Amino acid sequence: MPDVSIGLWAIPLAVLGGAIRVSTPFLFVSLGECITERSGRINLGLEGTLVMGAMCAYGTSFLTGSPWLGVLAAGVAGSLLGALHASICGLPRVNDIAVGIALMLLGTGLAFFLGKPLIEPSAPILPSINFGFWTDIPQLRDVMQINVLFLIGIALAPALVWALKTTRWGLILRTAGESADAARAMGYSVNAIRLRATMTGGFLSGIGGSFLSLVYPGSWNEGLSSGQGITAVALVIFARWNPMMCFWASLLFGGAAALGPALQSVGVSQGYHLFNAAPYILTLLIMIITCSPKRSLVGAPAELSITR
Amino acid sequence: MPLDQVSRRRVLQGTAALTLAGTLPLQRAFAKDTVVGFIYVGSRDDYGYNQAHAVGAAALKKLPEIKVIEEEKVPETDAVEKTMESMINLDGATLLFPTSFGYYSPHMVKLANKYPKLRFEHCGGLWGDKDPKNAGSYFGYIDEAQYISGIVAGHMTKSGKLGFVAAKPIPQVLRNINAFAMGARLGNPKATLQVIFTGDWSMPVKEAEATNSLIAQGVDVLTCHVDGPKTVVENASRRGAMVCGYHVNQATLAPNAYLTGAEWNWEELYPRFVKMVVAGESIPNFYRGGLKEGLVKVSPYGRMVSEAARKQADDVKAKLMAGGYAIFQGPLVDNKGKTVIASGTARGQTDPELEKMDYLVEGVIGATS
Amino acid sequence: MALERFSGAAEYVLIPTLAVALSLFLFGIFVALFGKNPLDLYFYMYQGAFGSWFSWQNTLTRAAPLILTALCTALPAQLGMVIIGGEGALLVGALSATAAALVMPAAPPVLVQITMAIAGMAGGGLWIALAGSLRHYRGVNETISSLLLVSIALAVLNHLVEGPMRDPTSLNKPSTAAIGAANMIGSIPGTDIHWGLIFGIVAAILAYILIYHTVFGFAARIAGGNIRAAKIVGLPVGRLILITCFLAGAAAGLAGMVEVAAVQGRTNANLAVGYGFTGILVAFLARHNPLAIIPVAILLGGIGASGGLLQRRLGLPDASVLVLQGIIFVTVLASDSLYGRFRFSARKET
Repeated sequence: MPDVSIGLWAIPLAVLGGAIRVSTPFLFVSLGECITERSGRINLGLEGTLVMGAMCAYGTSFLTGSPWLGVLAAGVAGSLLGALHASICGLPRVNDIAVGIALMLLGTGLAFFLGKPLIEPSAPILPSINFGFWTDIPQLRDVMQINVLFLIGIALAPALVWALKTTRWGLILRTAGESADAARAMGYSVNAIRLRATMTGGFLSGIGGSFLSLVYPGSWNEGLSSGQGITAVALVIFARWNPMMCFWASLLFGGAAALGPALQSVGVSQGYHLFNAAPYILTLLIMIITCSPKRSLVGAPAELSITR
Repeated sequence: MPLDQVSRRRVLQGTAALTLAGTLPLQRAFAKDTVVGFIYVGSRDDYGYNQAHAVGAAALKKLPEIKVIEEEKVPETDAVEKTMESMINLDGATLLFPTSFGYYSPHMVKLANKYPKLRFEHCGGLWGDKDPKNAGSYFGYIDEAQYISGIVAGHMTKSGKLGFVAAKPIPQVLRNINAFAMGARLGNPKATLQVIFTGDWSMPVKEAEATNSLIAQGVDVLTCHVDGPKTVVENASRRGAMVCGYHVNQATLAPNAYLTGAEWNWEELYPRFVKMVVAGESIPNFYRGGLKEGLVKVSPYGRMVSEAARKQADDVKAKLMAGGYAIFQGPLVDNKGKTVIASGTARGQTDPELEKMDYLVEGVIGATS
Repeated sequence: MALERFSGAAEYVLIPTLAVALSLFLFGIFVALFGKNPLDLYFYMYQGAFGSWFSWQNTLTRAAPLILTALCTALPAQLGMVIIGGEGALLVGALSATAAALVMPAAPPVLVQITMAIAGMAGGGLWIALAGSLRHYRGVNETISSLLLVSIALAVLNHLVEGPMRDPTSLNKPSTAAIGAANMIGSIPGTDIHWGLIFGIVAAILAYILIYHTVFGFAARIAGGNIRAAKIVGLPVGRLILITCFLAGAAAGLAGMVEVAAVQGRTNANLAVGYGFTGILVAFLARHNPLAIIPVAILLGGIGASGGLLQRRLGLPDASVLVLQGIIFVTVLASDSLYGRFRFSARKET
């Protein structure tokens, strides 16, 4: 590798690269949760779904040799957990927040339990596409190593905006989220709508998990998710239930998470714990600045228990 | 353990067995064997720190009349006190190995005082004269193995830039970083070592991010000190960099990038300890050792390691095995230009000053706080 | 309302008990799939959690911090707020309590202990009150802000114990200086259980009285039911939010103080072991009823205590405890739909 010194430019480049590398799980989980919450239900259990997805993806990839089958398995596992969440929450008087927390525990526990034999072996992981062929600067080439799942995520965000806004499917979903009574009056089963929305959300979150185990960091172990799932659920509220905003929020969060290591790699180590907390501080500050006590959250589905 | 099975069945079948008395027959059944308890802070399959200890515990299971009981993911709170007591009260354990640094004080010390007839062996702690006599601390001078890894890394780097992904700036970690850097500068006097602290023992995303940042800075050989080195090893090799391993041998993960590594050798030490206990000898309260004593080892060199690297590494290894070779000797200057070991002073491995290390030596880029 | 609670009391015991029994059955099937005998499982669980005086002490020790951290979620829940940041309040409480002890080295132990408790409660209280005030004054969702504040509290704690507040002799476990053996609060006489259990039970009883037998609690529950109605009848919603959040954080902060003064003797990263997060589960399982928190915390403490025995005797991995907790919570929460089935006025499905 040629030694091209680009000095402090390395920091913004590393942050950009980090944003691309780190943000994908946030992106998939937040898009999934966005769909679920738009239907009027909150699934806090996506942390468990993410971890379960990561484990299933790694295990399937290891056993079959195909990482793409692993991604599919992660999605299926995620939608099964989503179905469990939705069917319990469909019972009367059951609190969806609490069920989410319970499923976070169950998903994580099952993944750890079943994943013990998968820590040591090496499974085939997903390839990256090299978009950096045009440059000789290694740092820039690194940034341009982009994974297919990230590209799918980029495409998915505007597609979801469009689908929620214009399709019949999107309209029904939003109706269930804004007023269950209205949806019922139109002859739809609110529980069935929410079941599908939660399963779709679980599917995407599972894929987000597969990114962790099959792309980056690209192996299975029990510390793999340091709360990315629960943070992504928070990002949805931060992003005002808008898929495109979820995308930008994920990038911001991923970039902020890359700041600490990037600063240390150029020799700034004082207070590294505080740099590592940058994503959380940043999110909180932005929320303080952009929220307002006068109006309730713009864009919040009216049926959502957490914002009522 | 058929005996254990039989007695358990009997307890379950006899009477309405879910009574307090149930514990007694179980203890009797175990009483013949010496019961040894191992406690791990993380998962014992972590392919790293805890797994190294579990491999050591597995070596004990082969010995006759030894029963090994294990508990994993025990936090460094009063939970570990209760775990030790539970092993003592319910399983009849007489020799305990709490293997994480944070178990020592106040938790293990408290239990050792409470159960003066049992033996407590702690990994990593610093037993002192004020501590209970039935407690002990052992540790391996793994910095010797890191030093050898450093020599190989120094020879193999093309950019002269090495990287170290570390959890926290504590003495045991700093000592590894410094030994690696000093070894590297034996192989390549111009080599620098860039350190990134992730802040905790198991943070795979941060470890991967640190690995990438280092490689983006031109680093081409990496090593680490975190609980599970798999993330660093795999990510470095995927990016075309070379790695030196830690805790256990990870060569199979990256056969084309794994130069060598610093490994624990607990499977050698634990049977040694248990034989001492069974024979009625006492284990020294403060037990340390390096390559010579067989507490640590160096992974076999990868096939890409050059002749020159092998030769120098083997030479230094032979000196360490022979004893009397001090890695940390004056004049030693830290990376702020301050002399930390004066000229003429050699700090041998047993020197307690080294266990308080709070500096990074010249050639290391990074700060300790 | 009191009459309704009374008539439903049998349900409130019967349904959760059946749900827990069902979960144990399901967990038995789960371990049987991995070749373990479920009867062994139940025996060891009983033995590890409640089978002897030692096991009881083990269980109660583990339950102690959970009662306090559960209150951190249960109290704001009366106002309809979902606070999941008890872990952060615990850490800040521990830091404040330690700092208080360290600035008064020569004071008599009782004085130090009282000051530590006050400092811990104030620190934790202000931390959650911050989430409450952000909600009230800026409209920031308290669930997210309290969660973000956990990460921030942890970063601050790590920064302080590895930097400005580090005791240079704390070598491989960066910690603050010790508060001193004389200042430790010790165990309940005749047991190995620290005083945190008594603090927790007293706090839970006080919280129950506050919620169900004072005007303040009545007002809080009205505001929790319908915030618009509360404003119309002139309730000081802001003050209710701030005081409740402060009290909630104070409970978790007290848990942090107890961890320092009864267990660790100093502040370090060992304090962040998830008591705050487990407390959320306890609160939801207890339906935010402070008195119900006590048995639920003991149940969870018992699961934790027996988990070790399951590992040692059955060779199950540590994660089996998580699986069991997950199954219990899912089942108990699903059983919520059974309430009222046995009463005269079954409400319509929503």
